[in-house]
Amino acid sequence: MSREQFEGTIIRILRVVGLLVFIALVAFPFYWMIVSSFKSLGEILMSPGNLGVDIRKIGFRAYYEVLFQHGFLRYICNSVYVSLITVVLSVTLATVGGYAVTRLRFRGREFMSYSILLIYMFPAIVLVVPLYVMFSRVGLRDSINLLIVVYLAQTLPVALYMLRGYFQMLPVEIEHAGLIDGCTRLDVIWRIIIPLSAPALASVALYTFMIAWNEFLFAFMFLDTPEKFTLSRGVVQLAGSVHLSKQLVMAASVMVTIPIVALFLLFERYLVRGLTTGAMRG
Amino acid sequence: MTRRVLTLSDQEARLAFWMLFPTFAVVLALVIFPVIWNLWLSLKPVSLGDLRGVSLFKFNLTLENFQKVFGDPDFGAVVLTTVIYTVAGSVLSILLGLMAALLVHGEFPGRALLRGLFISPYIAPVVAVAFTWSFILDPQLGVVNWVAVNKGLLTQPIPFLSQRWWDLDLLGVKVRVPMALSSVILFEAWRYFPFAFLFILARLQAMPDELYQAASVDGASPFQRFTHITLPQLSPVLSTLFLFRFIWTFNKFDDIFLLTRGQAGTKVLTIKVYDYAFGEFNIGASSAVAMILFGVLSVFVLIHFRWIGKGASPYE
Repeated sequence: MSREQFEGTIIRILRVVGLLVFIALVAFPFYWMIVSSFKSLGEILMSPGNLGVDIRKIGFRAYYEVLFQHGFLRYICNSVYVSLITVVLSVTLATVGGYAVTRLRFRGREFMSYSILLIYMFPAIVLVVPLYVMFSRVGLRDSINLLIVVYLAQTLPVALYMLRGYFQMLPVEIEHAGLIDGCTRLDVIWRIIIPLSAPALASVALYTFMIAWNEFLFAFMFLDTPEKFTLSRGVVQLAGSVHLSKQLVMAASVMVTIPIVALFLLFERYLVRGLTTGAMRG
Repeated sequence: MTRRVLTLSDQEARLAFWMLFPTFAVVLALVIFPVIWNLWLSLKPVSLGDLRGVSLFKFNLTLENFQKVFGDPDFGAVVLTTVIYTVAGSVLSILLGLMAALLVHGEFPGRALLRGLFISPYIAPVVAVAFTWSFILDPQLGVVNWVAVNKGLLTQPIPFLSQRWWDLDLLGVKVRVPMALSSVILFEAWRYFPFAFLFILARLQAMPDELYQAASVDGASPFQRFTHITLPQLSPVLSTLFLFRFIWTFNKFDDIFLLTRGQAGTKVLTIKVYDYAFGEFNIGASSAVAMILFGVLSVFVLIHFRWIGKGASPYE
């Protein structure tokens, strides 16, 4: 056997073993989250080591309790509201801003383009205490709309940067034609730029949605009233209040994970593009 | 005074201003201003109780907060923990990402599905995966301890996330492993390897086949092709990834907070920011730690822009 064949065989074996190990390590927590959410408290306490699923014992009791007794129905609505509004505002403002940075000439344009990059490297933990102090003082802190504005500040620079990169690749000639025909800049954005940028806008929207949906720190620090909790905030609350009923925490975790993972699987292409441009945050 | 007629370029600049104004305002109010405000707070004696008083705006600046932070008996330990956590977490996540990328690179059925699966730890909400891992590693109800004890691998369950030291006896050599810190680092590696995975995979796919063909013709074996072609080609992206992972791990709060709340030897600087503010109600000291974090971050961001520059940035 030549060295080529020998090493080739080793690589094939390593690859199969490696893939199996990776699949197990990555998938197991998700599997365990789902399986545990269908168990009863008794099963969690009596047989924590039962790796399989007993089809006859699958129950939705944990989901029922989490949704209707622990207020998660409300948290789902709040999270959907916060994430969707953040996406709409972020995509709109980033489209308009990204267009201005790429196509319009003004003083400080270069500076603007660079500082966008810098801004999104500011870590949340440095911002959270001063914002907490500031908004506590003016009495606005415990507000879901404030949370949206905070998420906007977190996502806008990335969104603008991503769109700027895309707009730069669009041919400027089509716009000239439009402008000569009497379109305003906003017409140009609405009729030419947006239709041409659908994939980039999808990436930005998904990325923004993911940030807003998953965000924990600001939601945790800002929200006091349970009626205003987002899902992430709700899960932390729940985990702190039930000690043994892990099936409830797992059911809540499944509820917060499913939508984002489903979106990701449906639009993987776009999200991967969003992640590779904007993933610096996190 | 007559009103000046706006030239076309003035109009354009004015339009650009209004188009960027909302973004600019939001970022100014919620990113730039807090950092300046933070600097102000770090130079003042402020407790959480003072938030409603007028003393917030008094010009009584002091270095007390920094003295308190640096003089804190556990400051050295916290810095050491932060460095270990940051370096080990970054390196491990990149190594795992490199392995995963090499495994998934190439054509085989189910590849797209695998790629999706491998990115999911990074996509999933941090609260969900943190609580799932704490449950899996729980000493009483966790599946790992339960199975290990039942199969006789362990005599008693290990509190992975709540025990500071784990005394190991490796063939007579006594080793003390920082238990909770290691667990948190491994979680970090698990959750963030997809980040490195994505960038390395993209780089691998952009590599020209000709290089490998030429090397094969010259008689290079698969391992030689890896060490002499793949690794050197990847080294720019690996070093940039390290810088980015380092910056972000250094500033990471959520993961440790959710897993251990900074107990059992996992207290890093970001946890200190929280502890000072909401444990000791000392906003001034908390802001001082935040300023230290911000200073270190700035140095690394400068390194990124000056030294590595835009050429090797991973967002290409």
